Amino acid sequence: MATYTYPTFPYRAPNDLMQGAPQRKPLVIIGAGPVGLAAAIDARLQGLEVLLFDEEDSVSFGSRAVCYAKRALEILDRLGVGDVVVNQGVSWNVGRTFLREEEVYRFNLVPDAGHKRPGMINLQQYHLEEALVNRATELGADLRWNYKVVGVMPLADGARVSVETPDGAFEIEADWLIVADGARSNVRRQLGLDIEGHVFKDRFLIADVVMKADYPAERWFWFDPPFHPNQSVLLHKQSDNVWRIDFQLGWDADPEEEKKPENILPRVKAMLGDDREFTLEWASIYTFQCRRMKNFRHGHLLFAGDAAHQVSPFGARGANSGFQDTDDLLWKLALVIKGLAPEALLDTYDTDRVYAADENIRNSTRSTDFITPKSAVSKLFRNAALELARSQPFARKLVNSGRLSVPAFLVHSALNTSDTEPFEGDMVPGAPLDDAPVRVAGADGWLLDQLGNRFVLLAFADSVEAVDTALPGLRAQAAALAGAALPVQTLLVTAHAGNEPAGLATLHDRDGLLAQRLDARPGTCYLVRPDQHVAARWRSFDVSAVRAALARATAQIGSETVAA
Amino acid sequence: MPLQLQPNLAEPGHRYFRDFTPGDDFYEALIDTHRELSDEQSQLLNAKLILLLANQVGDIAVLKEALRIAREGV
Repeated sequence: MATYTYPTFPYRAPNDLMQGAPQRKPLVIIGAGPVGLAAAIDARLQGLEVLLFDEEDSVSFGSRAVCYAKRALEILDRLGVGDVVVNQGVSWNVGRTFLREEEVYRFNLVPDAGHKRPGMINLQQYHLEEALVNRATELGADLRWNYKVVGVMPLADGARVSVETPDGAFEIEADWLIVADGARSNVRRQLGLDIEGHVFKDRFLIADVVMKADYPAERWFWFDPPFHPNQSVLLHKQSDNVWRIDFQLGWDADPEEEKKPENILPRVKAMLGDDREFTLEWASIYTFQCRRMKNFRHGHLLFAGDAAHQVSPFGARGANSGFQDTDDLLWKLALVIKGLAPEALLDTYDTDRVYAADENIRNSTRSTDFITPKSAVSKLFRNAALELARSQPFARKLVNSGRLSVPAFLVHSALNTSDTEPFEGDMVPGAPLDDAPVRVAGADGWLLDQLGNRFVLLAFADSVEAVDTALPGLRAQAAALAGAALPVQTLLVTAHAGNEPAGLATLHDRDGLLAQRLDARPGTCYLVRPDQHVAARWRSFDVSAVRAALARATAQIGSETVAA
Repeated sequence: MPLQLQPNLAEPGHRYFRDFTPGDDFYEALIDTHRELSDEQSQLLNAKLILLLANQVGDIAVLKEALRIAREGV
């Protein structure tokens, strides 16, 4: 590999874990891919002891998952690796779709300003994993490399894990086990758990090419290009002058033949259309499936990422949705482990992430059906939509070259408190909160950087001076909310700049975008979950309503208990 | 009323959070309707569908405009 040196992570003999085996640990994670590592980091941020096993001792081989979406970047910000990843990656917002040689449709992932993160960055998976390993290590996660999990036995109150290492085998027990061992999950297969869906009858070739090129940082997608007739091609820029080219080959292609460099190079040459120099860094032939496990929670086993669900790659909904799994899971698991919420809270990990997985599968299946039509009539409609898209705006909306990863609005979550007063806009209970620029402690910052890892009450007033008229009782109750066993931190949001009142952290909504995006007025309050999703919102502050919504958002009361 | 050429699909009462969703909902239903049909059967289905939708539109001037655009470049 020309552009990247693979690290080798240090192996540690398991002597400490073998003493008095089986030892009991609060939390064990299987798999050091992006999802398992994100879970380990999140666990440490929640103050949990965490032990992670991975059968390899390096990062993933090849660029693999490349596109990380805005929401994943916001999660990575919360985990403390957002800057590392974004600075190393290639940011982009614009995607262009071509029919033959002509552009027919263009989208912009983040058309409005005032968000910290771009719609997407492209970064090779190995770079991302290395950043995650560094962060997990820095936070004190116990990462064990060359530890192969060969068996898992579910227990009523945990799981027993059998592990093989170069220095022998041992058993260990965990109160909770996060299974993030990827699409071919050995744990899932060993336990005979179903994963259902369907395989698509098509083959694709990924070629990672190193070259100097001045194409813009955009996603380019061709239907039926002259250099690869009757099939589709996708071009993405990665870091280190690496370009990802994805050729549709069709089901009849011979993967062994297509894998040979002498067959790959002419395809790339035809596409580049000139004699520029390039080297082939990595190539892979793949097929894919869209499927998910029936349930992601099995007692004290929690499945996350590709182990639980898989999608076609069009839309970058794989790794991105895996990050959203751990984002949803870890705060819930931490509350359960600390005895602050009942185990029922983890059932909502199952229902809410299954809901999100279905949305991801639906969107990526639709993209796949558009890109690779399964019948003559399906191809006819596809081509008609593409032809019309040249001149007709309505048809451009139908052109589906991938619906890129966006987070699900968890509108059916049992953790939501329904609105009792009208609000405009999309920030409904269950929504992933929009970002916005703010001033905090005299410096420019971003809303989402002020949230996360704990419950936050955003309370809106015109100015610091107006807090008692806009939000009566807030100042008297904020300390009690913050000091409770399950704390809620209050953040006052003001339209005008001013000195922070004693004891109340304050954000200045410097461009008015926060109030606009949340349809907030003086008196409006939003209760935001540790994963930055909206739990509840009101037009005035009422501490008993906040406590009831908090209880609902942590599964301590059922949906019938709180009405108004 | 002129022919509507801007995106115009939506299911009444349904809340959309993504602008591509209503179009994709329709497109999926359209392709699903053709499932398991021969090419000839699909052609018949399409013809019936055009007649149904034409009657729904009603305004022949609008229909003639749609016919003209559909014919372009064919």
